[in-house]
Amino acid sequence: MGADSTLRDRFERGLAAPICLTWELTYACNLACTHCLSSSGRRDERELTTDEALALIDEIAAMQIFYINIGGGEPMIRHDFFTLIERAVAKGVGVKFSTNGTRIDAAAAVRLAGSDYLDIQISIDGADAPTSDAIRGAGSYERARRAMDHLAAANFGPFKISVVMTRANVGQLDEFEALAAHYGAQLRLTRLRPSGRGAQVWEQLRPTRAQNVDLYNWLVARPEVLTGDSFFHLSALGEPLDGLNLCGAGRVVCLIDPVGEVYACPFVIHEEFRAGNVREAGFAAIWHDSGLFGSLREPGSPGACMSCGSYDACRGGCMAAKFFTGLEMSDPDPECVFGHGEQILATKGLKVRPVPTPDHSRHIPVSLTRR
Amino acid sequence: MAIAATDSFDVSAPWGVNAQVSVRDEAFGALAYHHVTRRLVFLKSPLLVDLVRNLERYDSAHDALRALVPATQYARYARALASLATAEILRGR
Repeated sequence: MGADSTLRDRFERGLAAPICLTWELTYACNLACTHCLSSSGRRDERELTTDEALALIDEIAAMQIFYINIGGGEPMIRHDFFTLIERAVAKGVGVKFSTNGTRIDAAAAVRLAGSDYLDIQISIDGADAPTSDAIRGAGSYERARRAMDHLAAANFGPFKISVVMTRANVGQLDEFEALAAHYGAQLRLTRLRPSGRGAQVWEQLRPTRAQNVDLYNWLVARPEVLTGDSFFHLSALGEPLDGLNLCGAGRVVCLIDPVGEVYACPFVIHEEFRAGNVREAGFAAIWHDSGLFGSLREPGSPGACMSCGSYDACRGGCMAAKFFTGLEMSDPDPECVFGHGEQILATKGLKVRPVPTPDHSRHIPVSLTRR
Repeated sequence: MAIAATDSFDVSAPWGVNAQVSVRDEAFGALAYHHVTRRLVFLKSPLLVDLVRNLERYDSAHDALRALVPATQYARYARALASLATAEILRGR
């Protein structure tokens, strides 16, 4: 069931603190997924130090942010990873972290299983090795499964299996569900955005319109499947999907990147959506006073969607998806279920699209099996 | 006395905010988050927030409702407390 409309209006005007704060701990990653939304690979030498990261956790706790979503890069690569997440939990800030699982061995699984305030999302992008490895690299699927085995053996409880929906894996929805059931895990499906390196593969990997309809119907029948409010653009197909069904950027959502830059959401790592740096102002001041966030909290205009009867259902879709495909904020979502976005994209085909910045990709082939 | 969080909310019993729950004030009221169930709950009026935060000061939910809520709103706020108890945001003391 979606939130009622008065509450949604309140949320559009922003909250005292984010509900969904993503903090990417490092740009370093031992994988090189083709769709990486943060173009991760190499560590950035300006990344927050342990002391700076601990101070940020204290500030997050003081703001009564209930939990943080930790990502990367691969967050477990940071040498102080356990120090940071254990400080957060000790301060009453829950931790949900996304990992490729390669660093979860038996000992790490036992340590992770010791906290009630910890959620783990292990990423795979296919229900079998060939499908997943095509995006995440050779050997990555088996490593992720091994991590799941370790968590299960350590009685971690219901971890999450996180999948980005692509043209190659929408047909595997039932297999993902069976895999989650096998582990007693929760399935979490999210939308492929044309962000980071995803900009280069979005055209080929994004689900077709027919697949999006299948996905919507599958999700409507399974409210227990988590989506992180990812597919609200599909709510125009009928009854709203579970969640707030609005773009939360700068309102209920934001991102802190590894060097302390604050962006409106995890999918818009680009100068245009940069609100400030926690090293300069502190996070609370940015959240409350950023001019960018102030403008994002003003009531949006339906723009080109004015004449569509479904605007109230999808609110024009995802800001990041529009931005990185060269659309205006007042345009429909590029994956508008009625095809309005595709029509506009076709007319803007030659327009130069914004290039996701910064880029920490490693420009060498990556092989997991040789490690 | 332990009262399980069930559909039957006993207004004559003493209640309070579950120790696993954080409550954060917002312009519309407050957000409450249960750290174990991971459930986020909206407290959609400042009066409800006031009631929830002060439950512990009273010997029963009934006493808190009588003291803090206009008589005409008693039933409505009692229902709100019952749903918060079901969500384990509140716990019997």
